[in-house]
Amino acid sequence: MSGLIEQFGPLWGTMAVLGQILGFVIVLLLSLAFLLLMDRKVWAAVQMRKGPNVVGAFGLLQSFADFLKFVFKEVVIPAGVDRSLYLIAPLITLVLAFITWVVVPVAPGWVIADLNVGLLYLFAMSSLGVYGIIIGGWASNSKYPFLGALRSAAQMVSYEVSIGFIIVTVLLFAGSMNLTTIVEMQAGGFWNWNVLALHTLEDGWPMFIVMIPMAVIFLISALAETNRPPFDLPEAESELVAGYQVEYSSTPYLLFMIGEYLNIVLMCAMISILFFGGWHAPIELDMSNWSYLAVSFWSFFWFAAKVIFFFFIFAMVKALVPRYRYDQLMRLGWKIFLPTSLGAVALVGAYIVYGQG
Amino acid sequence: MGRIEQTLRGIFLMDFISAFGLGMKYFFRKKATLNYPFEKGPLSPRFRGQHALRRYDNGEERCIACKLCEAICPAQAITIEAEPREDGSRRTTRYDIDMTKCIYCGYCQEACPVDAIVEGPNFEFAVETREELYYDKAKLLENGDRWEREIAKNLELDAPYR
Repeated sequence: MSGLIEQFGPLWGTMAVLGQILGFVIVLLLSLAFLLLMDRKVWAAVQMRKGPNVVGAFGLLQSFADFLKFVFKEVVIPAGVDRSLYLIAPLITLVLAFITWVVVPVAPGWVIADLNVGLLYLFAMSSLGVYGIIIGGWASNSKYPFLGALRSAAQMVSYEVSIGFIIVTVLLFAGSMNLTTIVEMQAGGFWNWNVLALHTLEDGWPMFIVMIPMAVIFLISALAETNRPPFDLPEAESELVAGYQVEYSSTPYLLFMIGEYLNIVLMCAMISILFFGGWHAPIELDMSNWSYLAVSFWSFFWFAAKVIFFFFIFAMVKALVPRYRYDQLMRLGWKIFLPTSLGAVALVGAYIVYGQG
Repeated sequence: MGRIEQTLRGIFLMDFISAFGLGMKYFFRKKATLNYPFEKGPLSPRFRGQHALRRYDNGEERCIACKLCEAICPAQAITIEAEPREDGSRRTTRYDIDMTKCIYCGYCQEACPVDAIVEGPNFEFAVETREELYYDKAKLLENGDRWEREIAKNLELDAPYR
């Protein structure tokens, strides 16, 4: 879809791209509203509660009610904050969370920018996400937000390293940084997905021994990267009140929260694209005589199903696992995940160089 | 051995998997939620809620202005002024409870020799202004008239334990 400007000329091509972006953002925000509800419902169910069930049938409109509530509250800007930075920080988080989605392919050909360096772009943008939190914590000019921001800086940097190495293993398999190529390479049934990579068995290299742990480590690192429980030390309600969000209220807080949840959904999408075949169905289907729309719809269906599944796992983890202590978090990141993923990169590299027939 | 076993359990996420199973078990359990405004939980007869001044069956107010409740109130929320009435009986001219001070300890109803001031079963008396929480005698008597059936029933149920 990147050839739109060449196809329709500078004016209408630009309009078409803007239309795509608008549509994508609307669909993303709408699905986010329901994913947020799902998060709360799953959490409630594990605790034998019903969860939100008053606004709309089964509480389906709860997120929209919350949205209106946030928007109509007063924006409290405490004395002593750095006003411009204080207001820019949530915007940074939100914008970075949105622009990362530009390279995520949701169905064959359904991607706004089919970048050749999509993976690198994605990694760069998710690394920048830490700025929103640090600036927010610093600009608040208050103790708890500052502590939360410091923690999140250390935490996100630590786990980005291992995420980077895990992405490199997938990169080596695909031989491309283009996310569409990475997904297409995993076509033809679940045994070809990167998490199993059973095609390597033909060369006598059981790479699933490496890739299954990589998928699990990616999932755990994604939890840490998005400040989700059990790694929610930057916001830790019970000790830091809400970490870097303490001084925020109303719409700025809403922007922080939307950005955070968008990042979580993005991480779910990343896991499904990198390891679980993206839009491919678990069994290979002969889609050669299907119409374009049917192929797109079913591809999107499978992609969404995978994202929702991983979001469910995220929600269950939130409900089940107690928060890590800070030193345990650092130990896990630097002493366990980093060496393991580094070893995995070496093994996959060895397979690419010596194993491939 | 313990350490190796622990490490293996960590590597294979055994703790998380078993927790996940437990979580899923509770996931499908019957929910404990009460749909509050529509369903309410049971209340003990001893429940100490909103205050009320009671009357005798003939409509005469019980309170004899002995001021025991005013004396015992630890939050000093009760203010009483008294004068003899035309018929010579001693009655309150003023009986105020500041509900913003009250800590719902129930000492006033314990102290009352004639069961006049009681804490009823009503706990849904939220109002929008502070002034509405400064209850005067008329308000308390009205509460007593409104909740008399429940209050009498609760006193009767609790009587064997007093």
